Amino acid sequence: MPHWLQLMLDSLPTLLWAALIFTVPLTLLSFALGLIAGLVTALIRLFGPKPLVLLARFYVWIFRGTPLLVQLFLIFYGLPSVGILLDAFPAALIGFTLNIGAYTSEIIRAVIGSVPKGQWEASYSIGMTWSQAMRRTILPQAGRVAVPPLSNTFISLVKDTSLAAAITVPEMFQAAQRIVATTYEPLILYVEAAALYLALSSVLSALQARLEVRLNRYGGFLEANA
Amino acid sequence: MIGLTNIEKRFGDNLVLKGVTVSLDEGSVTALVGPSGGGKSTLLRCINLLEIPTSGALRIGDEALEFHPGGKVPAKDIQRIRLQTGMVFQNFQLFPHRTAIENIMEGLVTVLKWPESRARERALALLEKVGMAHKADAWPATLSGGQQQRVAIARALAPSPRVLLCDEPTSALDPELAQEVVDVLGQLAREGTTMVMATHDLRLASKIAQEVVFLDAGSIVEKGPASVVFDNPERERTKRFIASLRQEEAQKEAGAPQTPAP
Repeated sequence: MPHWLQLMLDSLPTLLWAALIFTVPLTLLSFALGLIAGLVTALIRLFGPKPLVLLARFYVWIFRGTPLLVQLFLIFYGLPSVGILLDAFPAALIGFTLNIGAYTSEIIRAVIGSVPKGQWEASYSIGMTWSQAMRRTILPQAGRVAVPPLSNTFISLVKDTSLAAAITVPEMFQAAQRIVATTYEPLILYVEAAALYLALSSVLSALQARLEVRLNRYGGFLEANA
Repeated sequence: MIGLTNIEKRFGDNLVLKGVTVSLDEGSVTALVGPSGGGKSTLLRCINLLEIPTSGALRIGDEALEFHPGGKVPAKDIQRIRLQTGMVFQNFQLFPHRTAIENIMEGLVTVLKWPESRARERALALLEKVGMAHKADAWPATLSGGQQQRVAIARALAPSPRVLLCDEPTSALDPELAQEVVDVLGQLAREGTTMVMATHDLRLASKIAQEVVFLDAGSIVEKGPASVVFDNPERERTKRFIASLRQEEAQKEAGAPQTPAP
């Protein structure tokens, strides 16, 4: 067996383990929480009172306009200066969640706005309240349109979790770095890490495709004509 | 009885309804006709409060509401009125992510909290009534415009509203598909459904409506029995409008391509 393959196989369990207990949970948790933050932010920006709208816009402005790595450093290394001390994993989780929230809020705001006004009126006309219309009519239709852009964000997130290595989270990329430190084989280990990220995002792309098929089962959006 | 008293509607500086008073008997069918921008759609939407009148009073059966400029109508009151009304839209507005039967069940299950099985039963009966039972499980996108509108009529009727409001129910349909919608609405009229429809489809209005209200520039120009307003209008404005509709109709008929029966 060639040396490079031997090394890859030997390090594979370590990398997979790091992925399983850090990369994957960090991705899933921060995406789920980020979606909630994004939904709340989007609803505030669409329907909230003026002061809250300004606050939501400020949040999106800050978190979209500064580098994710800088955000992580500020939360993990910066906040202790004002007495807020966080462990690495929660610090990363907060950073990713806020970042994802800012990006997805823009997506959610756009797709909610894309549902025709007539759908609100049809919902109201059968007696629905605002929140019933939102839940039963608007979000399901908006959700379908949101799948491709949200998948983009999700796939970016999987790869971006490697940034957590910089704030000492022992996720997959950091595991690779550690092995490099003892074997001096950066090319082999980083190719292996890259391949594992590729595998993860390929799985997500496949899931996205299946989800889209399922959500498209009712055919195209209704046109306004006969 | 449905009563609108001195209804005014203002959009910014634009006074769209200038104090309209109409009353409709239970079981009657009223057509709102008039030129585009005359206020007929707005008046219709003031009945189920998709537009909140700026001032005036609205009464549907036992529910009554008064409106004042700048006053906010409580959501509860709005819902009380809406549950007394059903609405059919020009562009159908079926919920595209629900099948035909689910569209009809939606209000019963979500709003009225009926058990699923009872809602399904009622929905099926209504689909039967509009001749769409064979398409119960079809997605709206797979239905023709006329079929979609028939399902939409069934959806509007599901909670047994006191009045069915139809906003240009045939305008988005070609003549052949419009006919099937006219037939369904005619059937409902014969069964005593109270209806108000904004329309410039003369065929629809003259076939179904007993009462006609002619609206222009936000005011009622003329109202009365359909036979009088259509065949023997009093006002010059009404005469001109009816004549132009007739002409349009004739042109459409003459110009329409002959489609072979399927």
